[in-house]
Amino acid sequence: MAITADEVKHVAQLAKLEFTADELQMFAGQMDDIITMVQQLSEVDTTGVPVTSTVAEAKNVMRKDVAVPGTDREELMKNVPQKDRGLIKVPAIIDESEEA
Amino acid sequence: MDYFKNDLTSIHNGLVKHDFSAAELTAETFKQIKARDQKIESFLTLNEEAAVAAAAQVDQAGITDAEKLAGIPVGIKDNIITKGLKTTAASKILENFEPIYNATVMNKLNAARMINVGKLNLDEFAMGGSNENSAFKITKNAWDQTKVPGGSSGGPAAAVASGQLLAALGTDTGGSIRQPAAFNGIVGVKPTYGRVSRYGVIAFGSSLDQVGPMTRSVKDNALLLSAIAGHDKHDFTSSEREVPDFTAKLDGDIKGMRIGLPTEYLEQGVDPEVKEAILNAAKTFEKLGATVEEVSLPHSKYGVPVYYIIASSEASSNLQRYDGIRYGFRAEDVKNLEDVYVRSRSEGFGDEVKRRIMLGTFSLSAGTYDAYFKKAAQVRTLICRDFADVFANYDLILSPTTTSTAFDIGAEINDPVKMYMNDILTIPVNLAGLPGMSLPAGFSNGMPIGMQLIAPQFGEETMYRAGYAFEQATDFHQAVPTIGGEN
Repeated sequence: MAITADEVKHVAQLAKLEFTADELQMFAGQMDDIITMVQQLSEVDTTGVPVTSTVAEAKNVMRKDVAVPGTDREELMKNVPQKDRGLIKVPAIIDESEEA
Repeated sequence: MDYFKNDLTSIHNGLVKHDFSAAELTAETFKQIKARDQKIESFLTLNEEAAVAAAAQVDQAGITDAEKLAGIPVGIKDNIITKGLKTTAASKILENFEPIYNATVMNKLNAARMINVGKLNLDEFAMGGSNENSAFKITKNAWDQTKVPGGSSGGPAAAVASGQLLAALGTDTGGSIRQPAAFNGIVGVKPTYGRVSRYGVIAFGSSLDQVGPMTRSVKDNALLLSAIAGHDKHDFTSSEREVPDFTAKLDGDIKGMRIGLPTEYLEQGVDPEVKEAILNAAKTFEKLGATVEEVSLPHSKYGVPVYYIIASSEASSNLQRYDGIRYGFRAEDVKNLEDVYVRSRSEGFGDEVKRRIMLGTFSLSAGTYDAYFKKAAQVRTLICRDFADVFANYDLILSPTTTSTAFDIGAEINDPVKMYMNDILTIPVNLAGLPGMSLPAGFSNGMPIGMQLIAPQFGEETMYRAGYAFEQATDFHQAVPTIGGEN
């Protein structure tokens, strides 16, 4: 096994995903196949080889620190799922059912 | 208006000569879409009202001969954001998302006064090679509706191949333009990384993503790339190099052009018919005066594992933004903030997206980072060096685009690793940031075979010139699919 069901569960927590028991079984199997596939990289000798993180003709881009008009607030809020008086509405951070 | 008998230039001439108006062209295009797309299912959203209004405006203002694309309909892959027009990335998590600004490529098409007729299907967040990962519908191959159109730009490819449009924009992270172009017998180009702005393209693998044109001919493709390419201050990875008119040198001859044929690209599970078509293409190039020699890209077979680690790692980071708070799907009956994140993401993302987020998160985790992400980024360097070694002596690389023609719908969807291996011939091009093109090079059992041309960075002109010469010397691109008994 390249990855155990418990490890898959842990990774899911890091990624803010949750799975039912059936899904977990399916994902664990598939993740195991995928990780086994990518593990073939271990046979490549990469001693002293630098990493490639971009293939862009990269350079630092600077701009003048000048104020420019921002996006209209109402427009910005257009796709907010729940709003109230111009603010984004979210449930309480603390689970209310646990307070009692 | 029969798009099978026209190209962008003939349509442009018709508009300039007033043989037909932009309004008539647009109306006719929607008529064709409504008839043919019942079988193909390539569109997610039609932009009819706005398109009709835009066409009327173009007619009113008139079209000069210099405006080669004005008044001509175009379709847009639904991961390219369009102001005021629903953009979903074929994901439930963005089902009702209405962007408040345009992608830079959209601003450019609007400046060229093309008519956006609608948004085209894809695998969710461009993750997949069959369109079966769309949350909304499965687009069908234009040549056989029991087969996949490829992916992730399956919608654009099938719409163009079925004669609903002459031009569409796709995106390509690991082959998402070239593979569906091959499966549908059209021309698809992934430009050099940095040639086209990624601003407003829903991010998947930011070091790999590029927007590119999908058309039925090489010249049309070059026309469209000329319109969308160029530096953009909103994307600092976009190149400041001047953009040539990619159509200007199309008909130059290719005598003396040195073409490399990578041995590894003919070995890695390539079907005999596909291999034969590519060897025939090599002969065609030789007849046209080019030299074709076998070359080696020794790290090719590591392209797929490198890609799935790097693209998934970048995706796991890019997709953190879908948290149910500011936009997109929010799960109902949630008790607390953590629930909003976890349940919105778990209910909003499809399985393939979850697999990639999981693989990416795993690869970037403490304890696995060095063995996975860093290792992949190092092997990526070796893949880049392989290409550099070949391009020291060759102008272009020739290969198949895919190992096989389009497969049956449902055939591979339950085997992710098998599905991933389909991209083995296209992925290295993205890893090295090179331009790549797929164009029609034959048929096997009635299904199109795609040939891939790869150029050095910013070598699109060479690629287009060779592609155009090949197209002029062959008639594969003239074949037309029969869609449900008619065409």
